[in-house]
Amino acid sequence: MEKTLKKYFPVFVLPTLIAFSFSFLIPFIQGVYLSFCNFTTVGNAKWVGLSNYKLAFSAGEGFGRAFLFTAAFTLVAVVTINVLAFLVALLLTRKLRGTNFFRTVFFMPNLIGGIVLGYTWQQMINAVLHQHGVTIVSDPTYGFIGLVLLMNWQMVGYMMIIYIAGLQNVPGELIEAAQIDGATAMQTLFRVKIPMVMPSITICIFLTLSNSFKLFDQNLALTAGAPMKKTQMLALNIYDTFYGKNGYQGVGQAKAVVFFVIVAAIVVAQLLVTRRKEVEQ
Amino acid sequence: MRNKLGKTLTYLVLIAVTVVVLFPLFFILLNSFKGKFFISKQPFDLPVGNLFVGLENYTNGLLKTGLLQAAGWSFFITVVSAGLLILFTSMTAYYLTRVKTAWTNALYFLFVFSMVVPFQMVMFTMVDLAGKLHLRNPLGMCILYLGFGAGLCVFMFAGFVKSIPMEIEEAAMIDGCNPLQNFARVVFPVLRPTAVTVAILQVMWIWNDYLLPYLVIGVSTPYKTIPVVIQMLVGTNGNKDMGALMAMLVLSILPIIIFYMACQKYIIEGVVAGAVKG
Repeated sequence: MEKTLKKYFPVFVLPTLIAFSFSFLIPFIQGVYLSFCNFTTVGNAKWVGLSNYKLAFSAGEGFGRAFLFTAAFTLVAVVTINVLAFLVALLLTRKLRGTNFFRTVFFMPNLIGGIVLGYTWQQMINAVLHQHGVTIVSDPTYGFIGLVLLMNWQMVGYMMIIYIAGLQNVPGELIEAAQIDGATAMQTLFRVKIPMVMPSITICIFLTLSNSFKLFDQNLALTAGAPMKKTQMLALNIYDTFYGKNGYQGVGQAKAVVFFVIVAAIVVAQLLVTRRKEVEQ
Repeated sequence: MRNKLGKTLTYLVLIAVTVVVLFPLFFILLNSFKGKFFISKQPFDLPVGNLFVGLENYTNGLLKTGLLQAAGWSFFITVVSAGLLILFTSMTAYYLTRVKTAWTNALYFLFVFSMVVPFQMVMFTMVDLAGKLHLRNPLGMCILYLGFGAGLCVFMFAGFVKSIPMEIEEAAMIDGCNPLQNFARVVFPVLRPTAVTVAILQVMWIWNDYLLPYLVIGVSTPYKTIPVVIQMLVGTNGNKDMGALMAMLVLSILPIIIFYMACQKYIIEGVVAGAVKG
């Protein structure tokens, strides 16, 4: 059977492979190479070794600042989103009437795209700040808080759904047994429910982590990095280097490689954590 | 007694969260009916009396942005790309799972690897290549989306193909099916639930995607998509027409909410399945 199937390679694999080469394979290889070159278009590249990488980390480039902003935002967003989502999931697994309605409404913001969402929140936050004579770009703190609020609004419902699925899989007998043994509601939560939903917690933490870390659209729409690029996240900083400064395309590409390495490290960490958990079970 | 109190409290909290979730949507809806100069001065007032301007913001906005045309292109690109992705990546995933060689293993690894790579890594070189291949048009976009979506789609389909017992396919082969017929009549029908999941994830991503259409198609062509048009409306003119912006935001969100209400069960299930696997 395998032999006959093999003859059908051009039908089964080739269309996907060709498109995949255009969008990913060839650009990726070119991208790695060009990070060591000076260029303004792909055609006029000149090898310059590691100088793009050195420039990428120089103070004027704002890459380090963007990293710190991104890291701080990611940390706050991951914690707030997951705590809120878990609390809401707890409320929605108490077998009350109307649970389905609330679940449906809470999940909805997740479907709205980053650009549309970013401007909706920008308008609303500005409406509030306007009463005090300022706007969201008057102070980087506003931009930071705005991004955290927006991200929570978008992702709490999504994570909540995953936590609900996890909580529903906790066997009822286990909770009953704990209650018969005289465990308080708090003890049941921390000693039974949370340990039992650890796999969901791992998934949610990594989903929020990588989504927050790679954030672009929301950042562009909400503040576009203003004021003075102080609310610029990594993805936007790279974009800005590519398209905002002529002659700096090589530096942008070098930054993109660094960005890729960080993201890959996060994914590897996730795999390691998940695999260790599987062994324990 | 204590139980009843707890119940009431729970409902109060849930209703409060509902208000927070719906508030931004009502905010833009209400403001889309207000005169543009009132929006910044009285952002939280109801659009009544002299604040109310009827559909003026909508007609203004549509004329200024061409949002309807953008919606058409968004729809075209989303539907065609998702269709191509479902068709071709399910076949690829099937092939890579059933034919076991070093090559197919390497290829599968490359697809999975591409999921890890952030867009910024390939964005500049991809746009350049797309230009050389004459792909900077709506159909070209669909081919690019096939390539970008392939990683996740192949991964999800392959996970499911592994669980299909070989026996049913062998029976079909003995009955004289060639691999294509076998795939279309035996394998794909079994894959349908996964196909729905994959389709929903891809549709949501492509419909909302901003950077790829912005970079590949750009702003000076008639083929702009909704996110590109919204970004242009705000990004280009310093003296913003906030009324038009509000109206266009409402119109952009409307199709998503209709889509969600029509198939929310599949959407929620699909997104959860995608999250757990990705």
